[in-house]
Amino acid sequence: MLEPAEWAALLLSLKVSSVAVICALPPAIAVAWLLARRRFWGHGALSALVHLPLVLPPVVTGYLLLLTFGRNGAVGSFLAEMGIVLAFRWTGAALAAGIMGFPLMVRAIRLSIEAVDPKLEEAAATLGAGRWAGFCRVTLPLIAPGILAGAVLGFAKAMGEFGATITFVANIPGQTQTLPSAIYAFLQVPGGDASALRLVVLATVVALGAVLISEWLARKVAARVGGI
Amino acid sequence: MTLTVDIRHAFQGFDLNATFEAGVGVTALFGPSGAGKSTIAAAISGLLTPDVGRITLNDEVLFDSATGVSVPVHRRRIGVVFQDGRLFPHLDVAGNLAFGARYAPDEGPAPDANAIARMLGIEALMTRRTGTLSGGEKQRVAIARALLMRPRLLIMDEPLAALDGPRKDDILPYLERLRDAGGVPIIYVSHALAEIARLANQMVVLRAGHVMRVGDVTEVLSDPSMVPLIGVREAGAVLHARVAGVDAGGLTRLTISGGTLRVPGAGMAEGQAVRIRILAQDVLIALEHPRGMSSRNILPAVVEGLHRGDGPGVAVALRLGDDRLLARITADAADELALRPGLSCFAILKATAVARADIGIAGLAGG
Repeated sequence: MLEPAEWAALLLSLKVSSVAVICALPPAIAVAWLLARRRFWGHGALSALVHLPLVLPPVVTGYLLLLTFGRNGAVGSFLAEMGIVLAFRWTGAALAAGIMGFPLMVRAIRLSIEAVDPKLEEAAATLGAGRWAGFCRVTLPLIAPGILAGAVLGFAKAMGEFGATITFVANIPGQTQTLPSAIYAFLQVPGGDASALRLVVLATVVALGAVLISEWLARKVAARVGGI
Repeated sequence: MTLTVDIRHAFQGFDLNATFEAGVGVTALFGPSGAGKSTIAAAISGLLTPDVGRITLNDEVLFDSATGVSVPVHRRRIGVVFQDGRLFPHLDVAGNLAFGARYAPDEGPAPDANAIARMLGIEALMTRRTGTLSGGEKQRVAIARALLMRPRLLIMDEPLAALDGPRKDDILPYLERLRDAGGVPIIYVSHALAEIARLANQMVVLRAGHVMRVGDVTEVLSDPSMVPLIGVREAGAVLHARVAGVDAGGLTRLTISGGTLRVPGAGMAEGQAVRIRILAQDVLIALEHPRGMSSRNILPAVVEGLHRGDGPGVAVALRLGDDRLLARITADAADELALRPGLSCFAILKATAVARADIGIAGLAGG
């Protein structure tokens, strides 16, 4: 049904998106918790920084990534010495996808943390649970559906990420050619329309499914917090 | 068990400045809302750090601003039952109880979870989700959860305030059982005198952040000078009594040191020691034994003291055998009867004035 090049793009996108979500999830939970539960100097700035990829032109994000993580970039040259190269590799695509999906993940998780009454964490403390134990045994299970919702949204965003990815890691078939890059490439060549259309349908199904699942999970948070 | 509290804390609107000691049994922190009761409770449990002061439990310093000691909440082993229960919604009842048991210290015998569940009547609720429990059930589960972590002290912060009248009456017998089991000292925060009169041994009277009085519940509640602080409609002495039997007419006879009281109240076993709260406004005073009167309770008494407030009322303490009764009458009447300490008189109580909820099981040390 799919041709080898299309398969390669789909599998690469799945790999890139999965790695992006798995790596971005722990920092997303930490940042969401900070924004939801702590008031500190720079709270607003952190919130703005997290949301920046959502409003910045993706090509700008990609270019900034290139400047920072490219072979000659501040972080990139340091990583290159350790043998880690991100630019023009699939790992770079995962980094771009993770950063672009980060705001959506933080948002979903933050909302679910805010739905949890902090008094429950106090109650856990009076029962002998330290702060970390209380978070793991009370807050985390209560927001689990919210974390999943954030992960699903982040995954969908990663699957669809194009601008930052193509700027940062280009469009190398089999290496950095993700689903959207492949659609773009197919549209550029005569007779590629059929391939493009098949991938468009695929991308639409994945995105729609992700949004529906995340909505359903968000409702689960409300039921869970209500103890039903 | 000795808890000592000596704290100061600046609060919106007023300064809290509280010093008191609490021993075994139930110590009530009483006062109107805003008196600082819950702030003190939070300072003891560690959920609030006072500005200045010192809190010790059995010689262990929990908080001392001078030396910078502040034991974190989860290491204090002080159980807290909150007004809103705060059960964990992602766990069922059994899961909530297990959460409490999980952090109980290893040394010593483990608490008997079944006995605690039986005492609080929650055995049948184990698989229920917390969202499906009634308010009273939630509070009983919250109490069991707190007990299972083997607290050195149990703080109950307005545990019945969120329940309606009948639910309160349902849960009070469980609290009496908990008190009489005697396992853990309790700090009971409440603005409801009826609860305190039934449950507490000692009480700390608070007003606007200050301790007005610390003492035995029977003593504080029968002190006429406390009436303005307690509220003229709420003031009333607590008497110790024993159920002597039931009249043909259905009234329960209670033996008190100064005679026999007849009050409504079904279902009390003969010989049962009870404490009964008699509101000062329900007591009349006569100089001679009245005749042709509907009241079932006319008892000889001696005036012990009077307290004139700012209003038209006078609080009169009456000695009744070993007990003390409080009556609230008008200043006019007090003048006309020429009431003075040492005067013999009769205390008259309308039987139906005593609500069933005002009769409770007597606790430790007969009180």
